[in-house]
Amino acid sequence: MAAGQKYVGGGVPRKEDPQLLTGQATFVENLTVPGMVHAALVRSPYGAARIKKVDLSAALAAPDVVAAFSGEDLADEWAAGLPMAWPVTDDIRIPDHWPVAKDVVRYVGDAVAVVVATSRAAAADAAELVDVDYEELPTVVDIEGAMAPGAPRVHESFENNECYTWTHSTGDIDAAFAKADVVVKGEYTQPRLIPNAMEPRAVLVQPSPAAGDFTMWSTTQIPHIAKILLSMILGISESKMRVIAPDVGGGFGSKLNVYAEEALCIALARRLGLPVKWVAGRSEGYLATIHGRDQLQEIELAATSEGKILGYRVKIRANMGAYLQLVAPGVPLLGGFLYCGSYGGEAYHFECTGVFTNTTPTDAYRGAGRPEATYAIERAIELLARKVGLDSIEIRKLNYLPQGEMVPSPGGLEFDSTNYAPNLDRALELLGHDAVRAEQAERRAQGSTKVLGLGFSTFVEMCGLAPSQVLASLNYGAGGWDAATVRMLPTGKAEVVTGTSPHGQGHVTCWSQIAADALGLDIDDIEVLHGDTHVAPHGMNTYGSRSLSVGGIAVYEACGRVVEKAKTIAAHLLEVSPEDLAFENGSFSVKGVPDRTKAIQELAYAAWTAHSLPEGTEPGLEANCVWDPPNFTYPFGSHLCVVEVDTETGDVDILRYVAVDDCGTVINPVIVEGQVHGGVAQGIAAALYEEATYAEDGTLETSSMINYLVPSAAEFPSFELDRTLTPSTSNPLGVKGIGEAGTIASTPAVINAVADALAHLDVGEVPIPATPERVWRLIQNAKGGAA
Amino acid sequence: MIPAAFEYERPSSLAEALKMLSEGGDDARPIAGGHSLLPLMRLRLARPSLLVDIGGLADLRYVRDEGDHIAIGALCTHHELASAQELTGGCRLIAQVARQIGDPQVRHRGTIGGSIAHADPASDLPAAVLALDGAVVARGAGGSRTIPAADFFLGPLMSALEPGEILTEVRVAKRVGCGSTYEKFQRRAQDWAIVAVAAVIESSGGTISNAAIGLTNMAGTPIRASGVEEALAGAASEEAIAEAAGRVSEVGTPLPDQNASSEYRLHLAEVLIRRAVANAMS
Repeated sequence: MAAGQKYVGGGVPRKEDPQLLTGQATFVENLTVPGMVHAALVRSPYGAARIKKVDLSAALAAPDVVAAFSGEDLADEWAAGLPMAWPVTDDIRIPDHWPVAKDVVRYVGDAVAVVVATSRAAAADAAELVDVDYEELPTVVDIEGAMAPGAPRVHESFENNECYTWTHSTGDIDAAFAKADVVVKGEYTQPRLIPNAMEPRAVLVQPSPAAGDFTMWSTTQIPHIAKILLSMILGISESKMRVIAPDVGGGFGSKLNVYAEEALCIALARRLGLPVKWVAGRSEGYLATIHGRDQLQEIELAATSEGKILGYRVKIRANMGAYLQLVAPGVPLLGGFLYCGSYGGEAYHFECTGVFTNTTPTDAYRGAGRPEATYAIERAIELLARKVGLDSIEIRKLNYLPQGEMVPSPGGLEFDSTNYAPNLDRALELLGHDAVRAEQAERRAQGSTKVLGLGFSTFVEMCGLAPSQVLASLNYGAGGWDAATVRMLPTGKAEVVTGTSPHGQGHVTCWSQIAADALGLDIDDIEVLHGDTHVAPHGMNTYGSRSLSVGGIAVYEACGRVVEKAKTIAAHLLEVSPEDLAFENGSFSVKGVPDRTKAIQELAYAAWTAHSLPEGTEPGLEANCVWDPPNFTYPFGSHLCVVEVDTETGDVDILRYVAVDDCGTVINPVIVEGQVHGGVAQGIAAALYEEATYAEDGTLETSSMINYLVPSAAEFPSFELDRTLTPSTSNPLGVKGIGEAGTIASTPAVINAVADALAHLDVGEVPIPATPERVWRLIQNAKGGAA
Repeated sequence: MIPAAFEYERPSSLAEALKMLSEGGDDARPIAGGHSLLPLMRLRLARPSLLVDIGGLADLRYVRDEGDHIAIGALCTHHELASAQELTGGCRLIAQVARQIGDPQVRHRGTIGGSIAHADPASDLPAAVLALDGAVVARGAGGSRTIPAADFFLGPLMSALEPGEILTEVRVAKRVGCGSTYEKFQRRAQDWAIVAVAAVIESSGGTISNAAIGLTNMAGTPIRASGVEEALAGAASEEAIAEAAGRVSEVGTPLPDQNASSEYRLHLAEVLIRRAVANAMS
C-alpha cells in the first residue's frame, strides 16, 4: 500500500468518548426488554459444606416472585459443566463445575439456588427467604495449608489438592548451578487480588421460544468464545445463540470467562420462556467473579562472581481456587517463560504446581503470569547486585540480552526486538538519576525520618496471544488468530468489522486510524463494528494485549486486500494495467498521468453497481483477513520509582514515577499513555494497597471496597512518561501491545524502591503489599527492638 | 446492594419530623446526607422501617457565633464547615477536620449532625467536638436537651440520643488564641482514619499552658488523652512533648482490625500526637 500516513501516530481524540461522557453508552444494566424478569442468587456463606436441603417455599410465596430453583432442580439444564479450556498437562485434575451447586459448595459465594422475580428488589428480598440446610465441612484457603499432608480435600474425588504440575526447561540447569560462583534465592508471596472493573458483571438473555433462539447481552470480553462454550453447556446449537457485548466498562481479565450466571440466565430463559436479567452488586462480584495472582514463588539465580547470570531455577505454586475457570491453569505458564526477564543465561528451569483451595476461583488478571514473573526476577536481580557488589544499573546492563531481532532468551522464546540499554538510559535521564541518589544520601546523612528509595524495573513481556501452533503445543483449546472484514459501502464510507471486543481500550478509534490511512479515507467515514456475534461472526476477542498486534493487523491486511481489489477495478475503468497505477490519499492515478484518477469512493460505487467490472470480478468491495501471528510480540521498558518512607509510621509515599516503554509503533499516543497510566496505577495498587484475604473458615475478609483498598488518583503522583521505538518484527505495522505493560512493570519498581529506601537498615525481604504496619515492623525488627 | 424495603417521608418542619419519628416506632430513623446510614442499608446491615429525611429543613443549616461558643446547625455539610468564616481560634479545628473527611462527594453530602449522631469511633468530627469540650442539642417530642460531648458517645454506633430525638445542633467552645490541628493517618485519601489526633493547644513563647487531645479510632468511642493533656501542660521542649505523647498508652489497648494491630495503633497515636502538638503550635 502506498497510502501516506495521516492518522496513525497522531493523538486522535477517541471516537468512543462522546457517548461515554454524556451518559449515552449502552451498558447491560441499562437494557430493558418487554416482560423481563430478574434473577437473584443464593450463595453459600460457608467455605465448604454439604447441601442437605434447599427449601424454596417461603421464597416462592413472596411478592412478585416468578420462580425459584435449587441446583438439583436445574441439573437437567446442563449438557456440560462450566468450561476450562487450558488443560496444561495430560494428567491435570479437572473437577466438575456446575453453574449452581448440586450437593457440595466449595467456596463462600458458590451458587446454591436462584430466585426469579418481576423486579430486582423483589428477587433480592425473596432470595433471603430461601432456607438452605448445610452440613459444614472443613476448609482450606491457602496454598501451603492445601498442600499439607492430611489437608481437607476441596474435591473428595481427588486424592489431594494438587491440580497439576507443569515444568519447562532449557539448557543444563544443574551444570549452570554447579559452576556458579554465587547463588541467590528469593522467596515471594504474590497476594490474591480482586479485579475491579468499573462496571460489575451483568447478563440479560432474551429467548425466542418458537424459534429456539437466544440473544445474550453480557459484560464480557469474549462474546465469540462465550457463544461457542455456552451453546455447549446448554446443549443449544451454536447457530441459535447470539451474544452481544455492548459497551463494557472494563474487564482486566475478569470478563475473560464463561460464568455460571451467563449459563444460568440462558437456562432460566429457556425454562420460563421469559427474558431474564442478572446484575451483580460490587460485593457479590467480589465473591463470584474471578480473582487474580495468589502464588508462592521461589527463584534462584546462578551467577559468576562478576554478576553474570548463568541459570534460573524457579518453582512456584499457584492457587486455582475451588474450581478451574476458563484459562486458570495456564495463567502461571504465561509467566513461565519470562522469569529470566530481559536477561541472558545458559539454562532455565521452571516448575509450577496448581493447587485447589476453598476460595473464589482465580484466573487471568491484567498481566496474567507476567507481573508475577517480572516481580520475581526484578527483585532477585537486586539480591544478586547486592551479593556481587554492583548497583541496579550495572547488574542489568551486564546481563541484558544483546540488541537485535529474534533474539533467543534463556526462557526458550525468541524476542522479536531487543534494544534494552538505550531504553534504560532514557529513563535515567528523565529521572535525573544522580540528583536522586545525592538527595537520598543527604537525607540518610542527616538522619531524616523521611528516607528516600529508588526502585528499578526493566521488564520484557509477551503480548499478542498467539501463534496458533504455539498454543497447540501448550494444550490450549483454541487458536490465537483474529478476524476482520473491511467493507466499502456504495456511498464511499467504510465499515470495519473486527473480532476483537473492546471494553475501554479504544479499538474503534485505533482501527479507524489504521483503516483511514490504509484506505485514504477521512476518519469520520469509518465505522467500526464489534461485539455482536451476528455482526462480526468470527473473533478471538480481547485479552493478553493481543487486540492490536493480532486483530489490528487483520484490519490492516484486510484494508490492503480492499485496495488491491479496488486497484483492479480502477485499472479496468481507466483502461490501464494495474501495475501502472499508484495509490495515494485514497485515489488511484496513472503513473505519469496524474490527472487520470479514480477515487476509492468511486470504485466502491462501481463495485456496488457492478455495471462495469473486470472479467471474473465479483461485485462489491470488501475483504476479509484472519491473521494468525507468526510470533508473539515482546514490549519492554524501564520503570523507575522514587519513594519516601516515613520511618516513624512505615508510610510509603511515591514521589516520582518514571516510565519509558517500548511498545513498537504507536497508533495513538494518547491511548498508549492512558494504558500506561492505568496499568502503572494497578501495579502500584498491588505493591502498596490491594490484598484479598480469607479467614480460615473461608470467609472473604476483604468483602467490599471499604476494606479491599483500591487506590484513587489521590494516591499517585503525576507519572512521567516517555517511549523508545523499536518496531516489532512479528507484524507488518511493527506494533507490540501496551495494555498490560504498566501493571507488569510497576509492582517490583515500587517494592525495589521501598527496599532501597531501607537498604541501610538491612531489613530483609519487603512483603507485598508493603502496608504501613508491615514496613514499620520491618524497621522495628531491623532495629532489633519492639515498638 | 439493594436495601431492604422501607418507607420514606420528607417533612417540611422539625415539628413534623419529630411527629413522624415518634409515630414511626423504634425502627424509624432520621436521615440527612445519608453517607453513614445508606451504605449500611445497602449492605442490609441496617434495616430501618421508615426514613424521615430531614435534609430539607433549611433552618438547621447555620454556623453562629454565640459569644462563648460556636453553634453549628446539624445540617451543615462538611464542605460548608471546611470554609466557615465563623470557625476561628481553636474552633478552626472543625474546619481542619471537615477538610479531611472522605472525598468531595462525601463532603458535599455528609453533615455534622449525621456524623456525630452516627457515633462511629472512626469518624473524624466526634474526636474534634470532644476536644473542643463540645455539646450536642437534641430535640424530641418532649422538648430539647443539651448533652455534653463527653456524655454523648456511649460505644460504637451508640449515642445518648433517645429514639424519636433528632440532633439539631453541635456546640463547640471558642478557645480564643489557641492553635489547632488534625493529624489523620489513613491508607487512602478517602478512608476512615486508622488513628487520628485532634489537638487544641494554648501556648505562649513555646510553653504550653493548656492542651486538649482528642483521639479518633483508639477505642469504642472518641476519647480524650487526658494523661497526655496533663503532661503537656507546662511542656516547653520537643523532648517534653515527646514524653507527654508517650502517655497515650494510658488510654488502654485499642482494638486491632484489618489495617492495624493494637500495638501499631498505639505507636501511631504517639507519633501523631507529637506531630499534632508541634503543628498546632507552629
